[in-house]
This record gives sequence, C-alpha cells and structure tokens, in this order.
Amino acid sequence: MPADTEVPPIVEMQGITIQFPGVLALDNVDFFLRSGEVHALMGENGAGKSTLIKALTGVYAIDSGAITVAGEARTFGSTADAQAAGISTVYQEVNLCANLSVGENVMLGHEPRGATGIDWRRTHDRAADHLSALGMDIDTKSILSSHPIAIQQLVAIARAMVLDAKVLILDEPTSSLDRDEVALLFGVVRDVKSKGVAVLFVSHFLDQVYEIADRITVLRNGKLVGEYPAAELPREQLITKMIGRELENLEAIAGTAQREIDRTAAPVISARGIAKRGFLEPADIDVYAGEVVGLAGLLGSGRTELVRLLYGANRADAGVVEVDGAPAKITSPRHAIDHRIAFSSEDRRGEGIIADLTVAENIVLGIQARRGWLRRVRRTEADAVVAEYIAALGVRPANPQMLAGNLSGGNQQKVLLARWLATAPKLIVLDEPTRGIDVGAKADIQAKVAELSEQGLAVIFISSELEEVLRLAQRVIVLRDRHHVGTLDSSEIDLDGLIDYIAKSEEGSAA
Amino acid sequence: MTTIIDIPDVATTGPGAVSRFTARHAAMMPTFAAIAILLLLFAGAEAFLRGDFITGSNISALLLDNAYLLVMAVGMTFVIVTGGIDLAVGSVMAFTGIWLAKLLADGTSVAVAIPVMLIGGALIGLLVGVLVQYFNVQPFIASLAALFLARGLAFVVSLSSIKVEEPAILWMQSTRFKLGDWYITPTGILALAVVGIGAFVMHSTRFGRTVYAVGGNEQSARLMGLNVARTKVLVYVISGFCAGLAGLVLTAYSGAGYPRNGIGTELDVIAAVVIGGTLLTGGRGYVLGSMVGVFVYGTINTIINFKGADQSWTRIIVGVLLLLFIVVQRVIVARAERRHN
Amino acid sequence: MKAIVNHRLFWPATALVVLVAINAIAQPRFLAITMRDGKLYGALIDILRQSAPLMLVALGMTIVIATRGIDLSVGAIMAVSGAVALTIIDSSGSPDAVATVGIAVIVAVLVAMVLGLWNGFLVSVLGIQPIIATLVLMLAGRGVALLITGGKITTVNSAPLKYLASGYVLILPVAFFIWVAAVAIVSAIERRTALGVLTESVGINPEASRLAGVRSRGIIWGAYIASGILAGAAGILAASDIRAADANAAGLWIELYAILAVVLGGTSLMGGKFSIAGTVIGVLFVTTLESTVVFLGIPPAQKPVFFGAAVIVVVLLQAPRVHEWGRKVGSTFRKQPTDSKTEVEVAA
Repeated sequence: MPADTEVPPIVEMQGITIQFPGVLALDNVDFFLRSGEVHALMGENGAGKSTLIKALTGVYAIDSGAITVAGEARTFGSTADAQAAGISTVYQEVNLCANLSVGENVMLGHEPRGATGIDWRRTHDRAADHLSALGMDIDTKSILSSHPIAIQQLVAIARAMVLDAKVLILDEPTSSLDRDEVALLFGVVRDVKSKGVAVLFVSHFLDQVYEIADRITVLRNGKLVGEYPAAELPREQLITKMIGRELENLEAIAGTAQREIDRTAAPVISARGIAKRGFLEPADIDVYAGEVVGLAGLLGSGRTELVRLLYGANRADAGVVEVDGAPAKITSPRHAIDHRIAFSSEDRRGEGIIADLTVAENIVLGIQARRGWLRRVRRTEADAVVAEYIAALGVRPANPQMLAGNLSGGNQQKVLLARWLATAPKLIVLDEPTRGIDVGAKADIQAKVAELSEQGLAVIFISSELEEVLRLAQRVIVLRDRHHVGTLDSSEIDLDGLIDYIAKSEEGSAA
Repeated sequence: MTTIIDIPDVATTGPGAVSRFTARHAAMMPTFAAIAILLLLFAGAEAFLRGDFITGSNISALLLDNAYLLVMAVGMTFVIVTGGIDLAVGSVMAFTGIWLAKLLADGTSVAVAIPVMLIGGALIGLLVGVLVQYFNVQPFIASLAALFLARGLAFVVSLSSIKVEEPAILWMQSTRFKLGDWYITPTGILALAVVGIGAFVMHSTRFGRTVYAVGGNEQSARLMGLNVARTKVLVYVISGFCAGLAGLVLTAYSGAGYPRNGIGTELDVIAAVVIGGTLLTGGRGYVLGSMVGVFVYGTINTIINFKGADQSWTRIIVGVLLLLFIVVQRVIVARAERRHN
Repeated sequence: MKAIVNHRLFWPATALVVLVAINAIAQPRFLAITMRDGKLYGALIDILRQSAPLMLVALGMTIVIATRGIDLSVGAIMAVSGAVALTIIDSSGSPDAVATVGIAVIVAVLVAMVLGLWNGFLVSVLGIQPIIATLVLMLAGRGVALLITGGKITTVNSAPLKYLASGYVLILPVAFFIWVAAVAIVSAIERRTALGVLTESVGINPEASRLAGVRSRGIIWGAYIASGILAGAAGILAASDIRAADANAAGLWIELYAILAVVLGGTSLMGGKFSIAGTVIGVLFVTTLESTVVFLGIPPAQKPVFFGAAVIVVVLLQAPRVHEWGRKVGSTFRKQPTDSKTEVEVAA
C-alpha cells in the first residue's frame, strides 16, 4: 500500500491473479490509481499490461484478488459493469461508430429528446460544449470518419467525460499519431486530469511517458516489479526493470555471435532507404550468408515493419532491394518466396499456423505452396520431411496428425519454423519467435537458429529479449520510433551497453 | 481551462464550404446518385417516348403499382443498415396475403384478420432475429430458412388463389383521391405513411440511431452501452411486419391472395434498397433513399412495359445497375480505408 | 484419422439412415426394387437418379463455401445452360443426332464456365463480397435465359437429350453414373492434387496462407469456375428431365438446397475444411426428404416447410450456444471456465 498520500486511491487492485490454460498471466499484482494523476503502466509484451486492464474493464474475470472503486468493492462481470462504475476506456482502435457524426458519437445513447424525437440541435450543442470543455472546436455535424484517428481519439475522450468517468484508461493512444497530434492529446489529458479524473496511460513510447505521467508501474512476466514516481525513475532504470535480466538458466550457446562472417560476397539481401509512409522511415539493412542480424528496439520501434516490407507482406513506397547483388522487386510474399526468403510472423496464431490443418499439413504447406496446386507433394516425401523436422525441432506431442491449433505456443512456433526450413531458404526472418513460449522451447529455437546460421543460412532475428539478440547476432540494428538509428557490432557491446544505447536514443531530440 | 484548440476540417483542396458539406454528408452521396439516376430515367423516358411519360397519371401509377415494394423496402432498410439481410420478405408477403384472404373467406372480420396476419409476419421476423442474435446464425441462412418456412406455409393455407370480396380491402385499392391528373389510393397513402414513419424512426429515435451504430461498428456500439441485442432482433421483426403490410397491400391490389406471390421479390427489394444508397455492409442508408430505389425499379419496369419488351429485361437491367452500384460502393470504401491507413 | 471421419460423417449418415427408415416404415413399398428389361426401378433408384442435378451443384457449392464464399447464381446458370443447349438443339436440323446434342452440351457448359469465370473475377480480383457478387448473376441470369429462349419454354424432341436424364446404362440410370463420375473427378482433383489442402488453407486463414505463399486469388477464382461448370452440367440434366428449357423454373432455389446439403454434410459455412463425402450424404438426404414429402401425400408446394424446419434444426445443432447448453446439461458439477478466458491467448 503506498504511504505517500492521505487520500485513498480511487481504484485499488490488490493481489490480482489471472490464470489462463498454460500461462499465469498475472501473479499477485497490486495496482492503484489516484484521482487527478496520470499513471503509466509499463512492460514489454507478455508482461501482463493488457490483462490487467482487461480485468479492470470487466473483460476478464479475476481468479483471486480484489478490486475496489471509490471505496466500494466491485466485481465486474461485463464491460457494462465497469462503465457503470465510472471506468471509461479509449482503445487504440477507437471504439466509436465512424459512420456517425462527431456530435452523435459524443452523445450516443444520451441524446436529449423532445416531443418529436431526438432534439438534434440540443444534441449538437451539448456535444460542442463537452468538446470545448476539453479545448476542442470541431464541427460536430461532420462524420467521424472524415477526421484522422487522432481527432477520433479526442472525441472518444470527450464521450468518456459525458459519461462522468472517474477513471480514464488510454490504451496505446499515440501509436498512430504524429508529434502535433500527440501534443493535442496531451493537452486534453492534462485538462481531464485537472478535473480530478484518474488517468491510466499505457504506452511503449518512453518520451511520452516521461512527458505526461506522474507515476509509473512496471510489470514483467506477470509480476509487479514496482510503482515509482516518474520523477524518481531514470530512463535506464526503467528499461532495465522492464526487460530485466533473464533469471532462468538457458544453455549457453557459446561462441555463436563471435563467428567470422565472410562479407566479401554480395549480401543475401540488401536494402537501401526502404520505407512506407506512416509505417517506416527509410532504413538500410544488409544480411550476409551465415550471418544473424538482430533487430533491437522497444515495441513500436519499427522492427516488424522493416521485415514485413522486406518480405513484401506490406508494399514499400520507397527503397531499393537487392538479393545476392541483383536488383529484386518484392511486392508480395510470393516474390519473396521465389527469392528463397522465409518469414515467420510474430502473430503466429493469426498469421502463421493454419489452426484446423494438421501439423503435417502445416509443415508441408510451404513446400506445397511453392510447387503449386497441381504437383502434390508425395506422401512418402511429405512423411519423411515431417518426421525429420518434428524430431529435429523437438515438436511435442510428436504426432503429425494433431491439429496445429491444439499445440502450445512453443510447439506452434516450431511447426512454423519447420514449414519454412523445409523450403530450404537462403534467408529467414524470425519475428519474436520466442515470445510467450516456455523456457525449454525458447532454448531449442535459439539453438536451432545458431546451428542453421553456422551452416550458411542468413537470419534476421527480432526479439524483445535483448539477451537473446546479443547471444545470436553478429550485428544488431537498433530502431526507434520507426527510424533506423544505428547498427552495432555485437562483439563490441554487452547487455547493459545495448540497453544504454536504446535508452539514449529514446532520449534523443527529434520524435 | 486551456485555450481552445481549433481543429481544422479534414484537409481537402477546394473551398471550405464544399469540404464541410462532404464531411457532413458523405453518407448521402450514394442516395444523391440514386436521385440523379431517377431523374435521368425520367428524362430519358420522356425523350424516348416523346413526351408521353411524365404525366400525373403515370407517376401516380408508379406509386400504385409499387406500393407493396415500397413497404417492404422500408423494413429491409432497417435490416440492411445493421449489416444483415432478410431473404424471407417475398415469402412472408405471400403467406400473410393468402392467410388474410383465407381468414376473410372463412368469415373472420377484417378488424381481426388484418392484425392477425400482421402479427404472423412479425413473428416470422422474430424467429429470424432470434436465430441471428442468440444463436449466431448468419442472417443469410436464418432468413433463408424463414423463406422456406413461409413459402411452404403459404401453400399450407391454400394451394390455389383465394379471391377477396371483403369491401374494406377492396376499398383500399379501388378508391382514388384525385387531384387533376394525379391520384392516390389508400394503399398508396399507407405506403407513404410507412416511409414517413420509417424515416422518422431512423432519424429521430434512439432505436433508429442504434440501428446505424450497430451497422457501423457493432462492438463499439456494445461498448458504448447501446442495447445491441434487442435492436438486432427488432429490425427483423420490423422487416417481417412490413412484409405483412406488403401482403395486405398486394392482396388489395390484386383482389386475391395467391401463394405464388413474391417469388424472387426479396431480390428486387434488396436491389432497390442498395440502389437507393444503402450499403450492404451496413451503417449507411436512408429510408427515403430506398424509396428512390423503388421508384428507379418501378420506372425501369414501366419503360420496359411501354416498349413492349420482355419483362425479363427489367431483372437484367436492375442486375446490371446493382452491380454498378456495388462496384462503386466498393471503390469508395476502399479509397476511404486507404486514406486512413 | 478414423475417429475424425467417424465423427464428421456420423451424424449426417445417421440422419439419412433414419430418414430412409421412416419412409420404409410408413410405406414398405419404399424399399422395393424391381428389375424390368434389365433395368432397376423403385423409389430408391429414383432418388439416385433425381439427385443428380443437386449433386452436381452441391459439389461446386462445397468448394466455393470452403473458400469462405458462396454462389447464389447456380440456379440462374442452370437456366442459362439449359436455354443455350435446347436452343442449339431446337434450331439445328437434326435434334436426334448425337453429335448435335454433344455440341449443344459442350457449348452450354462452356457458357456456364464463362459465367463462373465472371463470378470468380468479381470475388477474387475486385474483392466484392461473394453474396453480393453472385447475387447479381442470380438476378440477371434468369433474364438472360429468358431472352435466349425468346420468353417461351423451348421444347425439343431429342432422344439423345432424353437419354441423359431418363436413360439407363446397364441396370442403373445414366444420371446416377454422371454424378458418381462428377464426384470421383472432383474428389480426385481436390485430394490427389494439392488443391484441396490449399483451398482449405485459404478458407481457414486467408492471411496466413498468403504469407505462406499460397496463390489465394487463383484458388478462389477456380472455385467459382468449377461451380459454374457443374451448374452448367446440372442445367442440362434438368432440361433433359423435362425435355424443355424453362428459364423461370429451372434450378429455382437450388442454391438454397445445395447450401443446405453442404451444411448438412458437415462443411462449415465459415469456410475451411470441407467434405465431399459429407455433401454426397447431404444431397441424398435432401432428395430423400423430397421423396418423403411426396410419399406422405403432402402437396409438393408445401415441401418448403420441411426444408425450412430442417435448415433451422441443422443450424441450431451447429450453434455454439446449443453446444454450451449441451455441455452444461452434461456436466452440472464441473466448474465452468468463463468463456472469454478460454478463447483468448495472452498477447501482451
């Protein structure tokens, strides 16, 4: 219990524990929100931030612990319950109805009515009042979708105020905003704060957190690391607390990173100035055969964006790409595959595994897609390939006929890896392959990556666990805010140094 | 209190007034297009038929002949704006129509028969709504089942047509209130009244606004505290009820109930509603627009009749128009999505 | 694998058996098969023969549904195909020549294929929702068919044509062999090549399939082409059955029966895994249900009531809420996890 204030927090979450099948998402976490204060919730993916918020907004039920709002103990069985308790949320995907007008969105469900139905004049007047109370002057009759997301978010906040919110949760509100829009948003947040609302701010942009937050709570791996006044927590300490040191024992994959790479031949892939508006600023990257290039940076820094552009999953607006020294046009995954590039998405459930197909079918899919529909991979060949990779990667249970959707995250990742390795690629991109999976599988995958690169495969490796990146990569590309800020040689830097580098670039001037 | 931040309207080239208009009324564009098409059709017909087309009696006939479609289109608009679809309306119209005829032929008084058949229509709509909302059945399949059910029930009521002799019903069709060349029947008045009520509900009641919200973003609507479940069921009840009304209108129009009525009519209704500017994906559309769509359909039909051409041409042209509208709708939506990404 | 096959086809097969049993009990004549002039006759044989058009259409519908699509235009395509074929036969000098009928069939199926190509173009290239894209042809197609027949019902006297729907090969009807051949061909194409797996992949997770390098566009387009071709063949059979092209009535509502048959057979409307065997059983069930209605002396016009009820029952059985009720009833003492938690993977 925090001792530095006499007024009790408006929201008290104590001993919150939430268990999912196979994962302990939150482990005895305490969390407090105070009126008139902006409180930032920090942590990397898998830390439990979004689970905690979902517990507070009534999306998830808690397994143990207690939630108190304004002194009253509460159980939230639905989002309506949370709203009724005065908790309003503005999500990253603005949860308003973009087909309706601004004024209508603000007042929806609470429109003033007269003898002849809804009184639109009063509705729009009221809406305009609420908006200007937050310092906004918008044409309330304009349709919401005609405004950029930044404005839509502000309208969502105005609506929250209509509903007399005591607590305003802002979940990654700035991911799609530019600098001016962020300034606009923060102006409104300060206004709201001055009216006594407790603001919960979730963001991975450290600059912004330090600009707006009064207090910071850090979660890691489902546990509470601590709650600190923002002014008393320097940047490096925050990052260290978020990322931390790995407490588990992983097999030392010795000497991998310190291999000599032959950089005389043309790189397997080379990109200059690859970019997409609103997605990634121009970036450069070279990857040589047998090399592992790691991408490091915090969430939202642009690591996934860079590799998706390289793979053609999203079309680049600008930039030149060469494969093996020859110019290549990669505007779709098929082009990339023709150039023998493989890509394992960070969303392995949504963009990787075909859940209702068997493990065997999933593994063979890469080869099959390449061959086309007419030439079916022979049963004998398929069985051999599948058996080989199930053994090599240690997929458990070792049953090729099991539906891929029923495997654990770690094994799904192995199946995905198997699919790509079976196509004998020259370059493989692994986006967060070790996220959300058990320790044993993590070790298996890293060992495999090291082994493959030793055999000549080029690898681009993305992980939020910087230790993994340093363990495997010869070079590390650091990204921040969709910018490429530097390329480091892994033999010349250690974990602290890397954290420092990222922190310093976070501290850097331009947004 | 901080200083007022003036948020500029969406950056568009061109004078501010135009951009403000589009920002406010972009959703009405498809309906304006429909009106334009209707006017074009009128002008074209007038030219083609050498000044014989735009007469009071022709336009009055337009309303008279298509009153049943108009009524169904109002109900369908509610359903489609929520993002659903109701394939049963033609069959429900036939079922309620023949049921009315049978009830009357069996001696039931009009004052009982009409409410009963209307409730019948609403009940079928309720069935569809419940299947869609509480059992997660796709609207297409649920209303398909209702289509089968209602069509079969129509034949269970009677295998052949039943004449209606009830004066009250016949009065609805035969009476004409004249104003020079123009005239209107009670059925026409009924249809226009339904349009008026529908438009009012959509625009000025919380229920109507919930219909739009659900169609725009159902999850948001739920998170915003609106009663999504009740609304989604009610729109189908409304559609069923309107189909019942259409049954009444059509029975009055033809003086008989006929179980084979309305085969394929649901498609005409859907086409009219889409042409009138309602997006099949939901969230946008106007009852008045659907009215325009019905008149477009009716005009095409009339022109084809005038020319003595095959009735089948109507369906073809309507099909082509529908396609055009859908493609254009898709392009507009795709462009809007791209702008916001 | 056996367990899955058992599970997936068990209920449809049981339903079919039960239906046949009901018929047999109500009218023992139902099961009677007689042999005359070296040909088999009987209610069961009728079912095998009459199910041909629906079987062909349902085959195509299965593939389209597997890609998360739907084809509402199959009835209209049948009407066009019948109109084209009969017009060719009618206007030729030699309606009784096998060659004439052969050409008519080929041309009609080609036209149907073009219509399928059109549907596929709208869906896979322009990205229009399948319901809407095929709705257009559903509306306009019959009009086109009417134009081809000049607004009349074109009748012909052509022995080779009549043979298709009414003739026999050995002891069983030609139509039966036609659909068996179609089932065999489609199964071979889907399961002996990789088309089936790739189609399922596209239907289950289009984005993951795209990232894995699957050519989704071609697969989806192909599905509609196949549906068109099969509908075209069905249209010829339907026309052969009445020796006429009735543009208004040909294949009326067959798309709905086809969807019912596919869903009955276990393929989900949401796309993904599909079962041709399931569709076969589903079609036989639908056709038997139609016969049942006739056998019970119910006027054919009232048939739809049963089908409406059948659709509702089938769909309810597939609804998650009903499964929940079933689970709750079956396990009153076990603690239930809240829904939201079991389905979400921890992402952040």
